[in-house]
Parts: sequence; C-alpha cells; structure tokens
Amino acid sequence: MVDNKIPAGPLDTKWKNYKGTVRLVNPSNKRKLEVIVVGTGLAGASAAASLGELGYRVKAFCFQDSPRRAHSIAAQGGINAAKNYQNDGDSVYRLFYDTIKGGDYRAREANVHRLAEISTSIIDQCVAQGVPFAREYGGLLSNRSFGGTQVQRTFYAAGQTGQQLLIGAYQALERQVALGNVQMYSRHEMLDIVKVDGKARGIIVRDLVSGELERHFGHAVLLCSGGYGNVFYLSTNAMGCNVTASWKAHRHGAYFANPCFTQIHPTCIPVSGDHQSKLTLMSESLRNDGRIWVPRNAGDDRKPTDIPEEERDYFLERRYPAFGNLVPRDVASRAAKERCDAGHGVGSSRQAVYLDYADAIQRYGRAEASKRNLGDIPKEAITGLGRDVISEKYGNLFDMYEKITGENPYEAPMRIYPAVHYTMGGLWVDYELMTNIKGLYCLGEANFSDHGANRLGASALMQGLADGYFVIPYTIGNYLADEVGKANETVNHPAFLEAEQRCQERIEKLMSIQGRQSVESFHKRLGKIMWDKCGMARSEEGLQDAIRQIRALREEFWSDVRIPGNILEMNPELDKAGRVADFLELGELMCLDALERHESCGGHFREEYQTPDGEALRNDADYMYAALWENRGEDGWALHKESLVYDVVKPSQRSYK
Amino acid sequence: MEHYSMDLTLRVWRQRNCTENGRFETYQVSDISSEMSFLEMIDVLNERLLQEGKEPIAFDHDCREGICGSCSMVINGRPHGPWKGTTTCQLHMRAFKHGDAITIEPFRADAFPVIKDLMVNRSAFDRIIQAGGYVSVNTGNAVDGNAIPIEKDKADEAFAAATCIGCGACVAACKNSSAMLFVSAKVSHLSLLPQGAPEKASRVLGMVAQMDKEGFGSCTNTFACEAECPKEISVLNIARLNREYLAASLAGD
Ligand SMILES: Cc1cc2nc3c(=O)[nH]c(=O)nc-3n(C[C@H](O)[C@H](O)[C@H](O)COP(=O)(O)OP(=O)(O)OC[C@H]3O[C@@H](n4cnc5c(N)ncnc54)[C@H](O)[C@@H]3O)c2cc1C
Ligand code: SF4
Ligand code: FES
Repeated sequence: MVDNKIPAGPLDTKWKNYKGTVRLVNPSNKRKLEVIVVGTGLAGASAAASLGELGYRVKAFCFQDSPRRAHSIAAQGGINAAKNYQNDGDSVYRLFYDTIKGGDYRAREANVHRLAEISTSIIDQCVAQGVPFAREYGGLLSNRSFGGTQVQRTFYAAGQTGQQLLIGAYQALERQVALGNVQMYSRHEMLDIVKVDGKARGIIVRDLVSGELERHFGHAVLLCSGGYGNVFYLSTNAMGCNVTASWKAHRHGAYFANPCFTQIHPTCIPVSGDHQSKLTLMSESLRNDGRIWVPRNAGDDRKPTDIPEEERDYFLERRYPAFGNLVPRDVASRAAKERCDAGHGVGSSRQAVYLDYADAIQRYGRAEASKRNLGDIPKEAITGLGRDVISEKYGNLFDMYEKITGENPYEAPMRIYPAVHYTMGGLWVDYELMTNIKGLYCLGEANFSDHGANRLGASALMQGLADGYFVIPYTIGNYLADEVGKANETVNHPAFLEAEQRCQERIEKLMSIQGRQSVESFHKRLGKIMWDKCGMARSEEGLQDAIRQIRALREEFWSDVRIPGNILEMNPELDKAGRVADFLELGELMCLDALERHESCGGHFREEYQTPDGEALRNDADYMYAALWENRGEDGWALHKESLVYDVVKPSQRSYK
Repeated sequence: MEHYSMDLTLRVWRQRNCTENGRFETYQVSDISSEMSFLEMIDVLNERLLQEGKEPIAFDHDCREGICGSCSMVINGRPHGPWKGTTTCQLHMRAFKHGDAITIEPFRADAFPVIKDLMVNRSAFDRIIQAGGYVSVNTGNAVDGNAIPIEKDKADEAFAAATCIGCGACVAACKNSSAMLFVSAKVSHLSLLPQGAPEKASRVLGMVAQMDKEGFGSCTNTFACEAECPKEISVLNIARLNREYLAASLAGD
C-alpha cells in the first residue's frame, strides 16, 4: 500500500542516519530550483526562510496583508522542548513517549521521535533570532507545565508565545526577501495546484486586491496552510483559517488522513449569543494554577463565591488524581461536557464550568510574603501580593477575559467551556513530509503527521517549526536532486492554462448564483451540524444524519448563495464563499471518517464505544491505523489504511488517574 | 454585568478602491447587544446590507483577539476606538449606549493607501523590517539557548517592545503620520538583547532610512501614538531609537 518511507534501523538512529545519507543538491544547482510555499505561519515562514538561506529560489504566499499576521500569531501558552533544563527527568524519549500516549497511540513512532529530537534545536534557533522567551532572575530560560505531562518543558513568552515565535520566523523570512532569495506575495490566495505528469509543478492564485488569477511555477510545492477547525464555524481559530489549499490538493488525488480527529479545547470563553463570530481561548497554561469546578448540586444558582468549599465538585481532581487539572485536553473537555449534561453547568446558558484562581492567589501571596519576610500580614495584603504574581504570569489572559465578558477574573472565577481548537487530521504525508503526489509537501497543522488522535498542549508550535526549520530543508533535497537539469514547464503549459480555466469557471459560477442567503449564514449552519453531530460526542445515527444534512446544505448553497460585488476587485464575500464551499465538502468527509472509525480514541469519542466509567474505549485490534481518504469525485471517497506499528512503546489503555 | 441592547447611528467611510474618492454613508442599526464585539456589530450590519442587495463594508480582521494586528478602524476619531490598550476587535459594545452616533474611518496616512472602505495597505511596515529588522542568523547556526543568559529586566524590556502587533494605529494617531513608535519598538526589541547587538548600528540606520522613503512623517513628540497604541508601547522606545540613531550616524561619519 502506501509507502511511508520510514528509514530502517533503531528508532533513535533513524533521523540521524537519514540526514547522513540523504541526497543533496549542490549550491549552484539550488539557485536553479524554484520552491513554492503556500502559507507563511510558523511552518511556512520557517520553511521559506530556511530554504531561502540554502539558496533555493522561493515564492511564498499568504492571504493576510502580511506574513506576520498568520494564525500562528495567536498561540498563547508555549512551545515544548526536551531540554531538561529543570532537571526534572525530561528527555527526548519522555517527550516522544508523552506525545505518543497523548495522541492515544494513533501517531507514527518515527515521526514523533524525530520531532522530540529536533525540539531542542528549535529553542536554540529561536533564542538566536532574538525571541524574548520568559527568563528567571538568573538570566536563564523559564519553563512551565502543560497538560498530559509531569515535567516542566514548556518555553513561553508571557501569554503570547505564538506572536514572538512568528515574529522570529517572519523576520528571518523578511531578511531573505531583502536578500532576493524569497519573493513574498501577500493578499494572495491559492486556488488550485497544477500537476504535470503526476507531479506538482505549480499553483494558481488569486490576487485578492485586484481579483486577477495568476499562474506560478515551482519544482516543488509546499502547503503550509494551517488547520481546518473553522469548518465548525465557531472555533478558536482566526476568521480566515480554511481548508482550501489542502482541499484542492485532495481533489487532485492527495490523501486526506484522519479528517475526524479534531481537538476540542477545554478552556475557552463560552458562547454568549447568536451574534458570536469566534471563540476565545483561555490558554491551557491557566490549568497550571487554576482549579476547575462546578457546584455539587445541579442547578445551584448562587454566586460562585457564595458556594462553600464542601459544595464544590473539583471534578478533574476527583476523577484523575494523578494529573488533576492537567489531564490532556480531550479528557478535560469530555469531563466538562459530562458535568454540564448532568445539569451542573453554570452561567446563563448552563454550558460552562468555573476556572478558579482564588487558591492560587492565596498560595502565591503567602509565598511572596514569606520571600519578602513580611511576617503575619492580613489576608487582603496576601491577596494583593498573590494577584501581582498571577498578573505577571497570566495578566494578558485575565485582561482578555475581562474585555470580553466585562467581569473581573481576579475577583470571581472565570466561566469556561470547551471549543474547537485544532485539527490533528490533514493531508497524509510520508516521513519526508511529501504527500502521495510527487513534489507536493505539507507542513504544520495542515498535515496529519505527529499528534495522532489528540495533540498535547504546546506541541503544535514545536511541530510547525520542526517541519519548517529542520525537516524540510533536508528532505526536499532528496526529491529536487532529480529535478536538476530537467526542462521546466512554463506557465503557458496546457496544464497551467486548464487549471486557471477551472478556477475562473468556479468563480464565475459562484458569482452567477445570485441567490438570497449570505455565505456566512451557510457557514453557521454547517458549523452547527458539525458541532452537534461530529463534535465532542459522535454516534452512528448522528453522523449519518449529519451527512444527509450536509449534502442538502451543499446543494442549497450552490443554488441560493448570494455574493455581491465583482470578480475583478477586492471582494471578501467571494473569498469567503470559495472557502465555505470547500468546507461543505470537507464536513461530509469528516463525518464519514468518524462513522467508519468504530472506536473512541483521543478527540474522537463515539458514544457507542466507552468504558463503564465513561473513558474512551480504543480498539487496537481493528483500528490501529491512519485512515487515508482518496477522493473519487462524484463517487465519493475510497478508504486506504496505513497500519501503525509500535516497536518501542507498548500501547495501553491511556490512564491519567 | 448587566446586558442591554441599543440602537445606533453609524457613519461609515465607503470607498470602492484606491483610485476613486470615498465618502461617508449613514446607517441605522438596532438591537445591538452590549455583549457583542465591535466587529460583530459590523457583521450584523453587513448581513443586513447583503439582504438589501448592497455591498457589505470591507474591513481587515483575522484573529479577533487582539494579536494579529489586522483590524484597523478609526472609531470616533480614535484608532481602535475608546478603550485604552484595546484593538478594534476586542472593543465591545458595552463601550457605547443607546442612541450613540459612531463615526468609522480607515487608518489614514499617505503611506497607508486605502484598498477598499476600511481596508488599507500597510506593506510599508514589511519593507521597514526588510531594511534590517532581524538578527542575521541562518537556521542551524545557533548555540544552546541557555548559553546566552540575559538579565530578566533586559529580557522583560525587550519583550515589552516586542509586543507590538504592527497594526499601524500609532501612524493613524499621529498628525504627522509618523511611524516612529512602530519602528522604535522593533529596533528596541532587538537592540536590547545581546543577540541583536552586533547589527545594532546598521539596523537602526537601515530601518529609519526606509521609514523616510515610505513617506511616513517625522516625529514631533506629541505622544499621540503611545496614547492610542493597543499594546501600550512606550515612547521611551523612541528616545532609545534616537540615541541609537545618533550614535550610529556619528560612528559612520
Ligand atoms: C488561540 C490558539 C492558541 C494556540 N496556542 C498554542 C500554544 O500555546 N502552543 C502550541 O503549540 N500551539 C498552539 N496553538 C496551535 C498553533 O497555533 C497552530 O497549530 C499553529 O500555529 C499552526 O501553524 P501553521 O504554520 O501550520 O499554520 P497557520 O499559522 O494557520 O498559517 C497558515 C498560513 O497559510 C496561509 N494560507 C491558508 N490558506 C491559504 C491559501 N489558500 N492560499 C494562500 N495562503 C493560505 C495563511 O495566510 C497563513 O499564512 C494555538 C491555536 C490557537 C487557535
Ligand atoms: S507601536 Fe502600537 S500602535 Fe504602533 S504598530 Fe505597534 S502595536 Fe500598533
Ligand atoms: S483582528 Fe487580529 S488584532 Fe484585531
């Protein structure tokens, strides 16, 4: 079946040996090779910069007005690395093991081990670029813990780690632009890939300002276009996140792997009304110090501060004493849903639980008082000291909460609820990050590779930068070495003209519908179907129903959507329409994938498959594989499987108790 | 927090593209919830315009959580509106009351030409970064992260400068359309760190030269930028830039 190109040999030597023996392209030939990079978030910016440094001629594209605004900018909590600076028992093996286990044994060992090996170089690289990570008074780097681990390996820059890492990668990218190695196309959206003789050879993009289509040639094409969580409409993703680039590749034959593996993040600000356009994450780092609880008595309407300690249910600490509030995201989200479904939810919608900092404020306050030798001081003074500490650690998150809800989280517990956050699924790639289309690569959140059925906190940034800085610069040479000296197609090759024509026709078709309903309204309806039927809990009946509903919605879209304005101008509604049209196809595939996987694992929870105490029940005998979906156009999809082989880790029932 | 709903009169800048002239249009919106964000209020208006067969208002936005720097509106004369230290996307309708009139315009500056309605072209900022806003270190060159200890105060100061989101509100707030707050934040972030020190002089000269070339005005120390900056970047960065610029120019003579 599919060849995942995992190198032979013991797990911890695979990457070293691969690097030592992979074919290289000599510097003068690199200058003759063109690489297209779609997307300049962490994965794309780091790839484009590194390839530019190596001497390849790079063209990079993003739909925002600047690469610095990619969705990666919003990452809050941190980035993992197996540095073991804390001397608390961390190692490459432990990071590897935690990630495999956190992913509920649905990721490839070889990829994850490579990721853990590379993690340490990422931190070094970012520090060298001037990323201002948090530091201790001694001047050394500071760490904190994230869910699913028992060591402190997360590096961070207050609550805006993503912005600082992306600025680092963006600056490296702009340096290459200045040097003439990278050409940057902002406000450009990729609408199709161009295949010649089975190989990816270029892309069609639309200049979002002029509305014109353009053809671009590349010896290789890298898709670094991010995740597709916005298929749910409401998510923590930026408004523009979409699946279009991956979906077009999928339409050309690239396998889409594990599309139903989505991550629902436990700590987000709850929905406040129908007007809601997106959900805001409260970083997982808050679970380091915050305690999650609901009233012990269902329907208890008292103010949280009036509910006495013995009438509170700290349900994560109760159910998972070993990890407590730091269980992985899938586990925490389901536990919150379970409590709300049982009537213990809080707030006006009753779809929320408390995240409480009162204890942490007291604890830090007392520590500060003792550090400063203040002796016996009144409780208010302790509270004040504690608040200062909390404010230094999480201030921007607390401020954000207050801006959105109008409530002061230093005074009363925050209300939080799970929300769609990340997609583990994505384009299938082999060990070299190449899809099953030759010359087409996929990096970052857009690929399926490293997180199995559930991603641990602070490891998406790690993976995006590993892919871009340290994996692709090696693996791409293995393919491009064969392209040296071959004649290039020009962008007037029939394959380019046909692809452009297809894009043109689709745009014209969308514009010609002139129906009655807005793109946004379709997107909202799709999101609701996905959230209700393919969200935190899924069932056979629900998924079948969802597929029927999505098909009907898709038909309605193509006959009744209304797009104002013209093609040859800035037209955000048209941009959005193309993205939603692709989501309407992806949604069906996600439900199909969820339907076919008769087990629960990680973020995929099938109600039919659970243990007596409500934990996910995996079925390793039948489902220890990555599901690879091949698009068959009108005929739907065909399923291929890549078996997952565990040579080193012994899969077991995941337990955080 | 009590929630309420309100009716508002909006005066919004409409402009087809960078060559045509723009003008204000007035819209009435009703039943706006105090819980909505400002952009969600515009979403509501846009949905209505669509239903009426009109063109929705174009504006830049993406993260809607105050970090990407896309959103860029001048609200009642103030870039990002009335709340201190807040981007347009984080501004909530609690800031307004029933019956208010709100004027909404794009960030205005010669160096930020309007693309459409409230959307402007801020690519000048990228070109300023290209002129030196980086550390010249290729991937793979780095030493161990802890080999370069940095005093916490310095690191914190660099971080504070690095929180700039490149939105351009400082330019929009300035009567001279100066980009000094942005450029000084970028210069400070790197020059405060040992990693950025070797290129300190060429960086500040290059970035300032590019800033001038892009057509941003000069700084006359009115500090309007600091007052409107959603990340509360300090004007002390401007003083630092000036010192470094002077030192670099003298050394170059
Ligand atoms: C609120 C939030 C907080 C997070 N916090 C953390 C954290 O603390 N730690 C962690 O590890 N992870 C975190 N994550 C996850 C992490 O941020 C993302 O998974 C990661 O940044 C994705 O990076 P990327 O480079 O793959 O994609 P993105 O950053 O999403 O970039 C995608 C790029 O593709 C471009 N693009 C997309 N489609 C097209 C197209 N058709 N044509 C042209 N260009 C296109 C976009 O313009 C953009 O440049 C968080 C996520 C969210 C939502
Ligand atoms: S200095 Fe402030 S106002 Fe200016 S670009 Fe940076 S964040 Fe925006
Ligand atoms: S939309 Fe990102 S800062 Fe406002």
